[in-house]
Amino acid sequence: MEGFVALYIFMLAAVTGYELISKVPVILHTPLMSGSNFIHGIVLVGAMVVMGHAEGATETIIGFIAVLLAAGNAVGGYVVTERMLEMFKPSEKNLESSKKKGGH
Amino acid sequence: MDLVIQITYFIGAFLFILGLKQMGSPITARRGIVWAGIGMLMATIITYFHSEIHHNYIWMTIAIGIGGAIAYISGKKVAMTDMPQMIALYNGMGGGAAAAIAAVELVRQEPMDPIVQTLAVLGALIGTVAFSGSLVAFAKLQGIMRGVIRFPMQQWMNALVFVLTLTLGLAIILSGNQYAIATLTIFFILALVFGVMMTVPIGGADMPVVISLYNALTGLAVGFEGYVLGNPAMMIAGVVVGSAGTLLTQLMAKAMNRPISNVLFSNFGDGGDGEAAEATGSMKEIDSTDVAVMMAFAEKVVIIPGYGMAVAQAQHKVWEMTKQLQERGVTVKFAIHPVAGRMPGHMNVLLAEAGVPYDIIYDLDEINEEFPTTDVVLVIGANDVVNPAARTDPNSPIYGMPILNADYAKNVIVVKRGKGTGFSGIENHLFFADNTRMLYGDGQAVANDLVGSLKEL
Repeated sequence: MEGFVALYIFMLAAVTGYELISKVPVILHTPLMSGSNFIHGIVLVGAMVVMGHAEGATETIIGFIAVLLAAGNAVGGYVVTERMLEMFKPSEKNLESSKKKGGH
Repeated sequence: MDLVIQITYFIGAFLFILGLKQMGSPITARRGIVWAGIGMLMATIITYFHSEIHHNYIWMTIAIGIGGAIAYISGKKVAMTDMPQMIALYNGMGGGAAAAIAAVELVRQEPMDPIVQTLAVLGALIGTVAFSGSLVAFAKLQGIMRGVIRFPMQQWMNALVFVLTLTLGLAIILSGNQYAIATLTIFFILALVFGVMMTVPIGGADMPVVISLYNALTGLAVGFEGYVLGNPAMMIAGVVVGSAGTLLTQLMAKAMNRPISNVLFSNFGDGGDGEAAEATGSMKEIDSTDVAVMMAFAEKVVIIPGYGMAVAQAQHKVWEMTKQLQERGVTVKFAIHPVAGRMPGHMNVLLAEAGVPYDIIYDLDEINEEFPTTDVVLVIGANDVVNPAARTDPNSPIYGMPILNADYAKNVIVVKRGKGTGFSGIENHLFFADNTRMLYGDGQAVANDLVGSLKEL
């Protein structure tokens, strides 16, 4: 990939990540950390590619480990984040007002 | 097919960003993780058709099956109180995967573009440190590894290992593809050792900040390896997590009043010279019937839960008690200190598990001005976060830490197991205040008594 295009991608992604988190209430810190932990589980895709063109035993074994670990990251990250967020519910009478407030 | 793969990756990256955005508000958070999950599933399935994958399809699927199954089962089973270490574990796996990707690419010793090789080595270093560091964090929080390990010159030793690792990494980059496999092996081993050495001196209370930092580092490593493999989805998702995680680490450290440099390079409670002031007065006991009456006829009750409440598994009973009070027309609010629980937001998760709606839960800044108009504050399982010494006594180890001003309320009830100073060993002046009454007992038993007493009123 063109070096400078990559640099632009990195810069824009960094700004995006920063902006996304900047106004998050404390109550969501733990689920959010867990959620971002899930998102870097995309490393699974890279691990699969690497294993798919691995030559010889050493490369294949390391590739196997990479895929196994990455799958653990992705699946585990999803399961625990979903379990935590599933529990966040507003009280019934406040359902309407909290929708209007758009936070807390 | 290549075009289809690229489009899928693009949609995947978009869903990740959108999902992360939605996770920033409790109303849409659930939807956010589902969307990100769909993105992940799409990207994973389409990768089977990637043009650079020639073989090993079956082994690949087996690896996904094993890793996925172990993570799925452990993730479903883990108790909410143990969430922080599970996140550390999964994060470590991600860092390890990024490092392993780099290892495969480097072990092949094919000529690489210098920039590609530099990022491969950097990603390997960061990923490996995040891997071994996260595993140590997991072991510490899980109780497998107890205490902190410190020895003289430790920071210098760490620095030495780090410099050695960097030097080897640089040597690998500069040698093109002429490096020895032994050099590469030692490089990885040193990086592993560094991750361990960096984490062992850090105490359990600071671990959340460290986990968050390793989370950001794994993201960065994934982003770098994404460049090595020419995979924009990995680059974008990795760097988004890298920067979001860095900011989150800062926010957490700020919420805990601990600068990141302090967390990484010094001990908790180092500050504060001289003797902390002695608490004056005496602790006055009260029984649960009186507390029930007090709360039932109050206008506003604020409950301050701490980790002790979660350990005693009292949150369900406390919520039952809250509902009884609400039926009597009492306004009940929960006040959460950022360090209640084991990381910022953890206590909210524990309360949510018991069924407490998030809109009666308030954080420090929102609730602190309300204490003077509060009739009864019920402190259950919390200690340092309500200690007025943090405001008044410059010699106290916790001086300067933001606290919940429970002492400003008209009446304070402290639920506590015994008369000791508790986890941190710091004397709590609140317990001796004139408007404070102590209710001794196990959190769950006390909450149970209160529920019973309220029923009889």
